[in-house]
Amino acid sequence: MTLAVEGLDFHYGDAQALAGVEFTVPEGEIVAIIGANGAGKTSLIRAIAGMLKPSAGRIRYRDQDITGWPSHKVCEAGIGQVAEGRQIFPTLTVMENLETGAMIPRGRARFDANLARVLDLFPRLAERRRQAAGTLSGGEQQMLAIGRCLMGSPELIMFDEPSLGLSPAMAQEVFRIIRALHEQGLTVVLVEQNVALSLKLSDHAIVLENGRIAARGTGAELLADDRIRKAYLGL
Amino acid sequence: MSPEFILGIAIAGTLTGAVYGLMALGLSAIFGVMRVVNFAHGEMMVGGMYIAYLLYKTMGLDPIMMLPVAALGLFVVGYLLQRYLVNYFIEVPEHVQFLLLLAVAMVFTNAFLMIFGPDARGVQLPYAFDSYNVGPLVIDKVRLIAAVIAVLIAALLGLFFAKTRTGKAIRACADNLTGAQVVGLDVKHLYAVTFGLGAACVGAGGALMLLLVDVHPHLTTDYTLLGFIIVIIGGLGSLPGALLGGVLIGLSEAFAGFFLAASMKSMFAFGLLILVLLFRPNGLLGRGA
Repeated sequence: MTLAVEGLDFHYGDAQALAGVEFTVPEGEIVAIIGANGAGKTSLIRAIAGMLKPSAGRIRYRDQDITGWPSHKVCEAGIGQVAEGRQIFPTLTVMENLETGAMIPRGRARFDANLARVLDLFPRLAERRRQAAGTLSGGEQQMLAIGRCLMGSPELIMFDEPSLGLSPAMAQEVFRIIRALHEQGLTVVLVEQNVALSLKLSDHAIVLENGRIAARGTGAELLADDRIRKAYLGL
Repeated sequence: MSPEFILGIAIAGTLTGAVYGLMALGLSAIFGVMRVVNFAHGEMMVGGMYIAYLLYKTMGLDPIMMLPVAALGLFVVGYLLQRYLVNYFIEVPEHVQFLLLLAVAMVFTNAFLMIFGPDARGVQLPYAFDSYNVGPLVIDKVRLIAAVIAVLIAALLGLFFAKTRTGKAIRACADNLTGAQVVGLDVKHLYAVTFGLGAACVGAGGALMLLLVDVHPHLTTDYTLLGFIIVIIGGLGSLPGALLGGVLIGLSEAFAGFFLAASMKSMFAFGLLILVLLFRPNGLLGRGA
């Protein structure tokens, strides 16, 4: 088991955002997290990433208990994140954005190889490397966010709504990239509003409702589940 | 009144203003990155002055030698202050942060009073009255040295932010704090480095200022206020703006002191501030708020 979340609780002040969330991500799989707005998907991602401190529960990654670790140590352990809203650095150049992704030691050690890989994967970023990242289109910014994450040599990437706000063609492109990265051996946690697509792509999925896991199964099982089809696919 | 004479005053004001600019640079950098307003900035400036004064008094060191020590000393103070105190107040309402730094400022001022007493202290340099003659103009040697060093340090800081890995990481934190956490930057450390660098600038500014004026504990609030006026005129968070604001204040003080009375110089500094607030509320080189 690469990543294991056990009994995770998280509170925003008095409001409980996550309650007893429990799931595992096997090595080399794609696990999708689906749920409505406010179901706790982003809180879950950020708790794993060390950006939010859980109020109870454990997070294990490989052989380590990473519960409560600060985000820079979680990144150094090998968990990367492509965050909701991309979270690029708008006044830094494209190249500088990529450099920030490689500031953790594991990224620094493989800087040249990672940069070559990212620029090969996203030739547009190479063309625009001196441009301020804020001037890129939404799709290019998403490519930059993914490239920046890859600069840190992650073994597991959590994607939070990677297709949000993109054109359908660009969203397809993002999914193609996620699949390609997965085929290269990366483990993936995918939070995605496009439920049909993410269930097709994923090996396993969990459904979050009001901070609790309401259903779980393989992507195919959930796609066939009437309740899921009604609630999330409008069928 | 000859034009050379006026030009001479303008040069003296500009040179003093460069040192003001270095002081304000620290304030601007700290605010630009963390959105923390350092109300203890003048206190740090005076701290730099006292460090330089002590080195001069005990070891007879030349001020140029005292500057790195003052800068390094203030870097450590700034780093620790941010890491172990201000850091816990980053996300509190602004008035709470204000009170915290005001308290820090009062501790500093009173510590200076206890240690050094209320008297003014200064350094006597062998070349204090040397000057250069450029055509009909007379330029103070001390002022010129101070200004050149101030501009040099400002340029180094600019280079640091533009070129080094830590500098880029700090700019990333200023740009998008969530993004900085996402890529695994150690934000607490980087914030502390930023505060340390801002304090080092003001410490260096203090060591340079000691060449021009005597130090006493109640300069603290004057410099805090002056620092604010300068960064608001130049544009909060803008490093070139801090230098420009410093020079403008240096000029206005020099001319006010000459044409009216030295005691009226603050009036012109505040007048300039009001004009900028009326017509360019984000400061001369400030970006949108």
